[in-house]
Amino acid sequence: MSTAEAVRSDAPPQALKRQLQRANRLARWKALGLVAPLLVFLLITFIVPIVSMLTRSVYAPVFADVMPQVSEVVQAWDGRGLPDETVFAALAADMVAARADRTMGQAATRMNYEMPGTRSLFMRSARQAAQLEAPYSDSLPALDARWGSRDTWAAIQRVSQPLTTTFYLSAVDRTLDADGAIVLNAEEQRLYVQLFWRTLWVSALVMVLCLALGFPIAYLMAHMPPARANLLMILVLLPFWTSLLVRTTAWIALLQTQGVLNDLFVWFGLVSEDGRIQLIYNQIGTIVAMTHILLPFTVLPLYAVMRGIPPSLTRAALSLGASPATAFVRVYLPLTAPGLGAGAVLVFILAVGYYITPALVGGRTGQLISNLIAFHMQESLNWGLAAALGALLLAGVLALYWLYDRLVGIDKMRLG
Amino acid sequence: MSITTPLTTRLVTATAFLALGLAACDSGNDAVTNPASTDAPQTAVSDAVMDTPADDITLTIVSWGGAYTKAQIEGFHKPFIAKTGITIQSDDYDGNIAPIKAQVESGNVVWDAVDVETAEAVRLCDEGLTEPVDHSALPPAPDGTPALKDFLPGTLFECAVPISVWSSVMAFDASKYPENPPATLNDFFDLEAYPGKRGLRKIPKFNLELALMADGVAIADVYEVLSAPAGLDRAFAKLDPIKNDVIWWETGAQPPQLLADGEVVMTSAFNGRIFNAQIAESQPFEIIWDRQIWDLDLWVMPKGGKNKDAVLDFVSFATSTEGLAGQASWIAYGPSRKSALALVDAHAEFPEVDMASHMPTTPERLANGLQNDYEFWADYNDELEQRFNAWLAQ
Repeated sequence: MSTAEAVRSDAPPQALKRQLQRANRLARWKALGLVAPLLVFLLITFIVPIVSMLTRSVYAPVFADVMPQVSEVVQAWDGRGLPDETVFAALAADMVAARADRTMGQAATRMNYEMPGTRSLFMRSARQAAQLEAPYSDSLPALDARWGSRDTWAAIQRVSQPLTTTFYLSAVDRTLDADGAIVLNAEEQRLYVQLFWRTLWVSALVMVLCLALGFPIAYLMAHMPPARANLLMILVLLPFWTSLLVRTTAWIALLQTQGVLNDLFVWFGLVSEDGRIQLIYNQIGTIVAMTHILLPFTVLPLYAVMRGIPPSLTRAALSLGASPATAFVRVYLPLTAPGLGAGAVLVFILAVGYYITPALVGGRTGQLISNLIAFHMQESLNWGLAAALGALLLAGVLALYWLYDRLVGIDKMRLG
Repeated sequence: MSITTPLTTRLVTATAFLALGLAACDSGNDAVTNPASTDAPQTAVSDAVMDTPADDITLTIVSWGGAYTKAQIEGFHKPFIAKTGITIQSDDYDGNIAPIKAQVESGNVVWDAVDVETAEAVRLCDEGLTEPVDHSALPPAPDGTPALKDFLPGTLFECAVPISVWSSVMAFDASKYPENPPATLNDFFDLEAYPGKRGLRKIPKFNLELALMADGVAIADVYEVLSAPAGLDRAFAKLDPIKNDVIWWETGAQPPQLLADGEVVMTSAFNGRIFNAQIAESQPFEIIWDRQIWDLDLWVMPKGGKNKDAVLDFVSFATSTEGLAGQASWIAYGPSRKSALALVDAHAEFPEVDMASHMPTTPERLANGLQNDYEFWADYNDELEQRFNAWLAQ
C-alpha cells in the first residue's frame, strides 16, 4: 500500500498513524543495515577487547588457582591475631606444589600487587618450602619474619578472592590495610594521581596552544583567494599525512641540545655554547611536539566553519557602527564556536591518550599516564593495573564529553 | 528521516571519536615497533642460499637489534641456514618479555627463541613460560669435553642456554676531555669535575647497584645492602643529585647515539655497543671498566612453539663452540664456553682488532666487576620498578 493511498481523507486517523510508523520503521531498518558493517567492526575490534580488559581490572583469580588449599582455609580466619596451623600448613603445601609446576611466579606476582614487596617473600620461601618442618606456624615465620605479620595474612585472604578492588585503588595511589580500610601509599610509592593531573594539564595546554595557533591560520585560509588558500591547505595537510614517528623525530633533530634551534641561539649570541637550553626529553618537548602534531585537528574544523560564515555579517556590524574589534568579538567569534568546540574536544581527547610522542621526546618529566599504561601492558605485565588506569582515563574522557555536551551541545559541533 | 534523532547524532559522533582513537592507537603501535627495527637488518638472512629446503620451516629468532643482532646473524644465522636450509626471520625487541607471556597465554607462540638476560630467564622459568632444557644433550667441545663441563661454571639454568657474557659499563666521548678524562665510576656521579648530561638505562636494574658502589659500598656487599630498605633509600639518595642531568635510554642502540650527538657526555652502555662504535664507526669513545656490572645473555624457548626440534637445533648450534666463536669475532661479548673463549682472536671485518682485549671477561676486569644477581632481580624487580617509576616522576 503506497503512502499516497494512506493519506486519503476517508482513512481513519489510527490507520494513517500505523502506516506512517510502518514506513518509518522500514526506513530505520534500512539505515541500520547500512551502518551494520561499522557496528559489527566496532563490536569485534573495540567493544569486545575493551570489555575483556575492563574485566581484568576487577577479576583476578590466579592466586586461588595456583594456591587452592590455602585460599580455601584462609577464608575461615577471622582476621584477628594470626591464622592457625592448618592455614600455615596449607600454604607450605601449596608452595611446594606451585614450585614443582612452575606456577609460583604467577601467584607471587599477583600477591605483590596486593602488598608490594611480597613477591620476593613468596619466591624465596617457596624455594625452601620443601625443607620446612611442621609446625609450619613456627618454621615459616622463622624463615622470614613477615610470615608472622597479620598484614601479610590479611593480604593473602584478600587475594584468595577472585574479585578485587586492588587495581583501581593502586591506580589512585591507594591500598587496603589489614583492617580493610583504604589508605594512601607511602610517599615514595605515589605516582598515578600526579600523572593524571599532569596529563590533564598538558592536554589542556596543548588544546589552548592549538586553538591559539590554529585560529589565525584557519582565518587566513578562509579569507584568501581559493588558489592561495589551497596552497596553505596543502601546507597544513602535508604534515598531517606524514608519519607521526617522522614528525616526532624531526622535532628531536630541531630541539636537541646540539640541534638546529640551539645552534641558532648560540649563533645569535642568545645563549653561550655551554648554556644550551634543554628543549627536549622534558615536558617542553612533549608540549611542542604534541601541539604541532595535533594542530590540523583545530585548523580543519575551524576552516570549515569559517568558510560558512557570510562576510556580510561582519560588514553589517561595521556599518552599524561597531569597531572592528567589537565586530570580531561580538559577531564573528561567536559564529566560529562550533569549530572551536570541535577543535578543542578533538585535540583534548586525542592528547589525553597520547603515548608515542611523550615516550620519544618526553624524557622524565614529559611522561603522561598512557606511558604508564603502556609500561604496565608491555613491561611490568600488570595488565589489571593497566586496565584500571585505562578505565579511569576512559571515564574521565567520557565525563568531559558529557560536560561538553551539557555546556555547548554535541549537535552544535562541526567536524568539517 | 527518523534515523537523525539527536541520540543517533551522538552515537555517530561518538563512533567517529572511537574510530579516531583506534586509528591513533594503531599508529602508536606501529611507531613503537619501528624505532627498534630501523637500525637492524630485518630478515637479512632469510633469502640466503637454501640448498636443502627443510620443509619450509621458518624460525623467528628474537634478539636485541643493532650491532648485536648483526653479530648473531653473521655468527649464528648464516652458518645455520647454510647447514640446514631452515629459514630464519630475525626480529628485534628491547628486552621486555611481555610478548612472551602474551604469546604463551594465548597459545599463539610466534617467537621460537629469544635472547634474554639472566633475571628474565629465571623469571620466565619460574612462571612456566619457557621450555626446560637438557644441557647434557648440547654438543660437546671440539676436543670432546662434554657440554656440561665446557660452559662457564654457574651459567647453566633450567630453562635457558647461555650465549655470552656482556657488561654494563660507563662510556664517555674522549674528544670532550682532552685532559684529565674520567677514569672511575665515582667520576660519573661527580657533576662538578665533569659537568654535562649523563645517560642511564630507564630501569632500576644496574642503576641502584651503580649508586651504591659509587657511594662506597664494596662490590661483594652490594646486593646485601640493597635487600634492606635503608640500602634502597641510600641508593636513591645517591641518584637524587644527578637526577635532573640524566637522559634515560631504553634500547641498547641509544647510548652510542646519545654520545655521538653530544646529548650526553657520559653514559652507561652495553660494552659491545660502545666497542662497535669505536671499531666500525671510528668514534672517539672510551670505556670505564671500573666496577662494570656483568651478566649473561641466554637463549630461551617460549613454551608451546611450533618448531620445537628445529629451534633446539638452532640453539644447540648457536651455543656450540663454532657458533659462539663466530659471534665473538663480531662483537666484544665473551663466549659462554671455555672452548670458544680459547678461539677468540681477531675481528672478522677488521683483522687488526684483537677481540680479547675488548672483552669484559679479562681477569682484571672481572675482579673489579660486579656480577648481576639474577635471583635478586627476578624476585625484587616488580617492587623496585614501582618505586623507581615514582622516583622518576617526582
